[in-house]
Amino acid sequence: MSAEIKEREPLFSAKNIKLLKNPLNFENPITVQVLGICSALAVTAKLEPAVVMSISVVFVAAISNVVISLLRNGIPPRIRIIVQLVVIASMVILVDQVLKAFVYDVSKQLSVFVGLIITNCIIMGRLEAFAMANKPWPSFLDGIGNGLGYGAILIIIAFFRELLGSGTIYGYHVVPESFFELGYKNNGLMILPPMALIVVGVIIWVQRYYTRELIEKN
Amino acid sequence: MKALRKFLDKQKPHFEKGGKFEKLHSTFDSVETLLFVPDKVTFAGSHIRDAIDMKRTMIVVFISLVPALLFGMWNIGNLHFLSIGHPADLWTSFFYGFLKMLPLLIVSYAVGLGIEIIFAQIKGHEVNEGFFVSGLLIPMIIPPETPLWQVAVAVAFAVIFGKEVFGGTGMNIVNPALTARAFLFFAYPGDMSGDKVWIAEKLDGYSGATPLGDALVGNFDNLPSPYDMFMGFIPGSNGETSVLMILIGAVILLVTGVGNWRIMLSVFAGGIVMALLFNLWGANEYMELPAYYHLLMGGFAFGAVFMATDPVTATQTTRGMYIYGFLIGVIAILIRVFNPAYPEGVMLAILLMNVFAPLIDHYVIESNINKRLKRMKTLVTNS
Repeated sequence: MSAEIKEREPLFSAKNIKLLKNPLNFENPITVQVLGICSALAVTAKLEPAVVMSISVVFVAAISNVVISLLRNGIPPRIRIIVQLVVIASMVILVDQVLKAFVYDVSKQLSVFVGLIITNCIIMGRLEAFAMANKPWPSFLDGIGNGLGYGAILIIIAFFRELLGSGTIYGYHVVPESFFELGYKNNGLMILPPMALIVVGVIIWVQRYYTRELIEKN
Repeated sequence: MKALRKFLDKQKPHFEKGGKFEKLHSTFDSVETLLFVPDKVTFAGSHIRDAIDMKRTMIVVFISLVPALLFGMWNIGNLHFLSIGHPADLWTSFFYGFLKMLPLLIVSYAVGLGIEIIFAQIKGHEVNEGFFVSGLLIPMIIPPETPLWQVAVAVAFAVIFGKEVFGGTGMNIVNPALTARAFLFFAYPGDMSGDKVWIAEKLDGYSGATPLGDALVGNFDNLPSPYDMFMGFIPGSNGETSVLMILIGAVILLVTGVGNWRIMLSVFAGGIVMALLFNLWGANEYMELPAYYHLLMGGFAFGAVFMATDPVTATQTTRGMYIYGFLIGVIAILIRVFNPAYPEGVMLAILLMNVFAPLIDHYVIESNINKRLKRMKTLVTNS
C-alpha cells in the first residue's frame, strides 16, 4: 500500500490513527450510527459465527474501500452507487466462497447473512462518505476501523448471548455442571434476537456512561 | 403514633440538605410518606388538589388484589392436597399455600425495591411507589413452584429494562409485571408452561393441566365445569384462577374510581366478540368452545381487570380506551386459538397493545382535531 502514497505524511500519522480508532468508540457503526443492526441481531447467538462474520466484514470493508478509492476519479457520479455495489458484491462472493471452502459449518450457520453483507449499510456508507473522497491508504484504514468497530460490538454481544444462553464460550462449556445440578438453567430468551437488541441497548448505555460527549443535549 | 412522628421529625434534619445522610434523603422520604400522609401542599397556581396521591392509589389497587391473593394461597394448598389424595381442611390448605407464596413475595419485593432504591439514589429522585403493586402482581401471575432465582432475575429485568431505562415510574411503555412474566415465559419455558408446573409438589400420575392446556391439545372432555372455573378451583398461575375474587377486586377498583371501567368492559367485549366469531366459523373443536368459557379460563379476567387498566401503559383518550381494550380481547383469544406455541394469549396481547397505546392516542387526537377543523371551515365558509 505504501507505494501508492506520494505525500510526505507518515503512514501512521495522528490523523490516520484516528481513522482507525474513531470507529471503535466515538463513531462506532452500531452503537453510535446504529447501522448494521440486522446482522448484529442475526448472527450473534454464538461466538463462532460472530467472529467469522466480523472478519468477513473487516475484509470486505477494507478491500472495497481501497478499490473504490483507486477508482474514485474515474467513476461517473451518476452511476457511482452501482459501481460501489459491484465492487462490494465481488468481495462478498469471494468471502462466501472462501468460507464455504474452509469453514463449511460456520458458513451454513451464517447462511444468507454473508450474502447480505452487500446490503450492509456500514460498507455502503463508508464507500459513499469516505472512499469516494480520500486516498487509498486512509480509505484502507477507515475500512479496517469500521469493520473492527462493527466486529467488536458483534463479539461483545455474542459473548454474553452464548454465555448466558447456551452456557458455553466459543463452544466450550464454561458454566460448571454443579450450577445445573443446583437448578441453574440457560436463559432461552438470550438465544432469541430480541435479547440481542437489548444487549445492544446495554452496550450503548455503558458506552455513553463512560463517553459523556456522546449524550445528545436537548 | 405521636412518638413515631416525633422520632421522624428528630431524624429529619440529618437527611435534609447539608445533613449527615443527605445522600439517603429519598430513602428517608419514602419511609416517612409510607407511615404518614405527606403534609406538603401546593400553594400557588392552579393545581388540582386531591387527597389521593400515588401512594394512596397504589394502596387501593393493593387492597383490590387481596381477595385474589388469599384465594390463590388457599387454591395452591387445596390442589396440592387433592393431587396427593389427602384433601385437607381450609386452614391447612391455606397455610400450605401461604408458605409457598411467601418466598415469592419476599424475593419479588426485595429485588424490585432494592433496584428502585438504588436508581432513586443515583438519579436523586424520590423513591416512589411504582413497584408496590408490581411486586405483588408478579408472584400472582407465575406458577407456584417457580424457582426463586428465576423470579429474582425476571424482576430485575422488568424493573431495569421495563421501567428504569425509560425514566422510572410513569414513563414506562410496557407493564413491568407482564414484562417479568414474558421474560420468564421465553427464558425458562420449562418452568412456566406445560402440565407439570401448576400444582405444587403433585404426584406424577395426577393431571396438572390447566383448562387452557387441555383445550390446546384437544382434551375438551377434561375441561372443568364453568362453575369450577368461575370460582377458581382449577390449576393456574397463583392469583389468576378465581374469576369471582377478581371481580370483587374489580368492584373495589371501580367504586373508588381507581380502575377504568371503559378498558375493563371493552377487553371483555373484545374477547366475547372474537370467541363468538370463532363459534360462527367453527372450523375445529377449539373454535366451537362456548364463548363465555374463554372469559373464565386462564388469565383473561385477571389481565382485563389488573393489567390492561394500568394507567401508565394504557391509552389516555376516551375513544382510545375502547379501541385499546377491544383489541386486547380480540388478540388474546386469537393467540389462544390459533397459535399452538402459546396456550395463553392475554399476556402477549396486553404487551402488544401497550406498545400501540401511544399510536392509538395519537390518531384519536388527530381525528378529533381534523373533525373540529372541518367544522370550523364550514362555519367560516357559510357565514
